[in-house]
Amino acid sequence: MTMSAKGFWTSTPGARIFGLLVTLAVLGVVEAAIRADIVNAFIVPLPSQIAAAIPRIVAEENVLYRFWQTTQEIFAASVLLALVGVGLGVLLYSFRTLRLACETWVAALAAAPVVLMYPLFLVIFGRSATTIVMIGFAAGIAPVILKTVEGLAGVRPVLIDVGRSFRVSPAQQFRLILLPAALSSVFVGLRLGLVFAMINIVGVEFLINFGGLGQLINDLAERYDLPGTYAAICFVVAISIVFYVMTGKVERRLRPHQ
Amino acid sequence: MSATRKSAPVLRRNLWLVRGAIVGTILVAWEALAASGLLFRDVVPSLRAIGVAVQRLLVNPDFYANLGATAWEIGVAMLIGTLLGLAVGILLGANRFLSRAFESLLLYLGPTPKIIFFPVMIMWFGVGAGSKIAMGVVSCFFPVAISAAAGMRDIDRVLIRVGRSFRASTWQMVTKVYLPAMRAPILNGIRLGLGVAIIGTLLAETKLSNRGVGYLIIQAYATFDMPRMYALLIVLFVLSIGANAVIGRLGRGRAGPAA
Repeated sequence: MTMSAKGFWTSTPGARIFGLLVTLAVLGVVEAAIRADIVNAFIVPLPSQIAAAIPRIVAEENVLYRFWQTTQEIFAASVLLALVGVGLGVLLYSFRTLRLACETWVAALAAAPVVLMYPLFLVIFGRSATTIVMIGFAAGIAPVILKTVEGLAGVRPVLIDVGRSFRVSPAQQFRLILLPAALSSVFVGLRLGLVFAMINIVGVEFLINFGGLGQLINDLAERYDLPGTYAAICFVVAISIVFYVMTGKVERRLRPHQ
Repeated sequence: MSATRKSAPVLRRNLWLVRGAIVGTILVAWEALAASGLLFRDVVPSLRAIGVAVQRLLVNPDFYANLGATAWEIGVAMLIGTLLGLAVGILLGANRFLSRAFESLLLYLGPTPKIIFFPVMIMWFGVGAGSKIAMGVVSCFFPVAISAAAGMRDIDRVLIRVGRSFRASTWQMVTKVYLPAMRAPILNGIRLGLGVAIIGTLLAETKLSNRGVGYLIIQAYATFDMPRMYALLIVLFVLSIGANAVIGRLGRGRAGPAA
């Protein structure tokens, strides 16, 4: 009996439950510290108040509509990423000299703090959803291009030779051999690009006080609704985690078996 | 082999030709767009105006004061975030139970938009440099911790057994075995962490600050000084990409002999 209990706690589900219990215990300690005036309630609201604020902000702050707005922006950015990012990746793969000339530039773009261009995008596109979508697109494009090129360049030469031996046209070679073989890497790039786009879209919504979920946090913070602000942050973090997990599952499902 | 050698200079020449053609096309298109009047005036300033703005920026002592403030915030954030990330990463990498219990939390919180924590950071650390440093710490902690945990798990078991057979203390194990063996993943984590720390700190400066490069960018936006904004972004991009490349090269250089 003792052994099986020990076995449960050392297993993965047991360890995860332990992690959850520790997190709840930390929240309990924070609650007690605030109630005992050890932590200032004007800086950190009670965790119980934060939990109670979640249904309130969902009902009063039109959270579902805001979620829909952010989803639309992410969807628009993802379409752009898929079309332009994969397209540019295929273009770079098709022309070797162009790829060698530009690949380091694209890698440098991946390392550049693109989101800091948001004031520039504000001037060009105005304080609108277009600015948010374009920032999401610009932030996510580099990994999509790089992973598309990597996937296409990594196609086994034997597959290409088989295509040649069947005298397939360049279009058939691309559609029937290169693209299916590179899909795995393309999906990895698309997922990375989408996650970057989502992070930056919510971030810019917060920064320019426009749009969906990011603006909600800014609104609540400006109203000094502390439990609401914390609850909205928890809500956005939860949405981000769901988005990350879901895109991972979609990527694994769409990835061809190798 | 000889064919490759022969084609290498030709390839290199072609590369520079293509690069030159791309840069030339972009510059000509930019200048044409600036002169066309298709966009609002100054949204796309002429190359000359941007060049003059870069020149003015680089000789302006005020810019260096703000750059220094941002560099200080990022430096302190990197120091705290890296130390915290290393401690948590080594702990999770060394202990399977703790890794199972808490590492998923790290992996899930890593790809969330950190800037949304800024209102909380303002309440905790005030409107000054503290909240910007905190944003940098929150940003860089995750990549460093995740890389350190992964690097810790990949350490050659023989090295750990050697350390233990010499009865090395925990501190000696960390400094003599773990950290030297994890150099490459740690430097990679620091490289990624620096990138996001720069973004976190500067975004916070654009939101609420009265100094720093982020503040200068948002001031240029507020006063519609577009050439200055372009100049600031260019300098910032060059510095960020340069810092990233230096740490990347350091990681590759150090990892090279071991590999």
